[in-house]
Amino acid sequence: MINLNNAFENGKAFIAFLTAGDPNLETTARLLPEIANAGADVIEIGIPFSDPVAEGVVIQDADMRALAAGTTTDKIFDMVEKIAPDCDAALAFMTYINVIYVYGVERFIKRCSQIGVSAVIVPDVPFEEREELTPICEKYGVHFISFIAPTSRERVQMIAKEAKGFLYCVSSLGVTGVRSEITTNVGEMIALAKEVTDTPCAVGFGISTPQQAKEMAKISDGVIVGSAIVKIIAEYGENCVPYVVDYVKSMKDAIR
Amino acid sequence: MSKGKFGIHGGQFIPETLMNAVIELEKAYDYYKNDPQFIEEVKTLMREYAGRPSLLYYAEKMTKDLGGAKIYLKREDLNHTGSHKINNCLGQILLAKKMGKKRVIAETGAGQHGVATATVAALLGMECDIYMGKVDTERQALNCYRMELLGARVHPVTTGTQTLKDAVNEALREWTTRVEDTHYVLGSVMGPHPFPTIVRDFQSVIGKEVKEEMLKKEGRLPDICMACVGGGSNAMGLFYDFIEDKEVQLIGCEAAGKGVDTEENAATVANGGLGIFHGMKSYFIQDEYGQIAPVYSISAGLDYPGVGPEHANLYDTGRASYVPVTDDEAVAAFEYLSRTEGIIPAIESSHAVAHCMKIAPKMDKDKIIVVCLSGRGDKDVAAIARYRGVQIYD
Repeated sequence: MINLNNAFENGKAFIAFLTAGDPNLETTARLLPEIANAGADVIEIGIPFSDPVAEGVVIQDADMRALAAGTTTDKIFDMVEKIAPDCDAALAFMTYINVIYVYGVERFIKRCSQIGVSAVIVPDVPFEEREELTPICEKYGVHFISFIAPTSRERVQMIAKEAKGFLYCVSSLGVTGVRSEITTNVGEMIALAKEVTDTPCAVGFGISTPQQAKEMAKISDGVIVGSAIVKIIAEYGENCVPYVVDYVKSMKDAIR
Repeated sequence: MSKGKFGIHGGQFIPETLMNAVIELEKAYDYYKNDPQFIEEVKTLMREYAGRPSLLYYAEKMTKDLGGAKIYLKREDLNHTGSHKINNCLGQILLAKKMGKKRVIAETGAGQHGVATATVAALLGMECDIYMGKVDTERQALNCYRMELLGARVHPVTTGTQTLKDAVNEALREWTTRVEDTHYVLGSVMGPHPFPTIVRDFQSVIGKEVKEEMLKKEGRLPDICMACVGGGSNAMGLFYDFIEDKEVQLIGCEAAGKGVDTEENAATVANGGLGIFHGMKSYFIQDEYGQIAPVYSISAGLDYPGVGPEHANLYDTGRASYVPVTDDEAVAAFEYLSRTEGIIPAIESSHAVAHCMKIAPKMDKDKIIVVCLSGRGDKDVAAIARYRGVQIYD
């Protein structure tokens, strides 16, 4: 059984993101085990939020489709509980703090631990606000994933020192979404982090092609791809599974 | 450590990409707020450019007509650009310039904050981009053109409910994309620390002037201070200097749209629950899963599903109370003040006027109410005509 403690032992990790409930939860349930089989080491399951301020248009639209389809946090928990035993990848939830806070932090994190979700990724909880979640996360053995960004500078090591699970390294300024090139010096940022932590560093934001993934994998322990996958799901809807599988295979092959 | 707390509210719930920007802003503000030269520059701009102090006007006809408490109107509508928003913009954009920023961005609902931002950006020679919900660009078309005249680019926001909340989302997204040379001029006492404090401080000139003028005119403090509340900047500006004066009652008037019990309202304190959104812990109108709910008000400036964290704390501690006012009541007040005093108030401010009309008649004649007239109503004339079924060309 793969969890976040061994997900980075299989060469460079491929971390796939999708929005739960896009286009419906039944499709998400079929996708998750297939994405794992195709080579994803970690899957970030996005719980849709009405106002995803860290997302670009592609994931914003996916959130709107999922919410319009009647997706709720409880329905996502139930779906994940069913598929988790057949899903050979570490699972994480990616959502916004209000979704967790209003559900009840303890109720939410406890449920994660019960159904085999090993981490939460919450882009609007920075280092200074982590105690909103970390005491409860520690209690239930669920990792709270920390972010570093190109603007973090002197904050990199402060954040990296306490990072658990993996360190989410934001490749470029702005919101999520496909970018034609990544101009930030991600390597330098990761080198700084590596001075103070053994926690794996994964790069996300803007990666879509096998070539980009390969380059980013050279300087990190894994790559995170969201919008490119969500785009395929948007294009093929309920019939997206084989297309997503092919894409994930090509990406994992590129970074092997 | 979490910073910028008002009781349990506030904080800095924003992506890591923006953290250094708010930390630098806090440092700069802590320095410049004590810098005599900066203080003098802001004061001079407020006086020479914005036209401060604004008048505290005794509404004698209204007082006599309602037959109860004495009513004073704090005339923020007479400021340059026509609302209280200029107070914050002068302070914040001057601060941004001192920080070496070249460009300002802002969200706007009714367009008042957008106009004030565009105005000060023109004055101080900054590049300016304004984010405004598409629905709002339609109901406030005049303000859009006004911003463009002032040299700003207006970006209609087509996501979500296409109103103020979505304009804030888009401004936040734009800020993460270009943060080094850009300052986000948040227009209300909301968002991540230090914005609620900075905006409140620059708006607190409202309450300070009221206090000074009231002591001159009446030799005592008012019994009630009231203002409309969306995010809550004019209310916070009016309330702040009176918080320690426990005998002064503070009342915020929220937009109840078609009714506080209907689906279509924006009465956050009445209908909201505790949440964390737009950088702050506070009250928000949302569903059981924390999805932010669509809100509605005839007033684009109050059409927001949250409230500033300091207001949330004033509510928790019982220091201020918050009351819902419907579209119908606000429109009636808009028309009443126009006819009675010859003052056309903003539809936002009309919410406070409406509540004043409800309570003043029941109060003794020796009681004093101050209503903050946060803005002028020229921008709303076409919308009110439509509301009344009158066809005019705007």
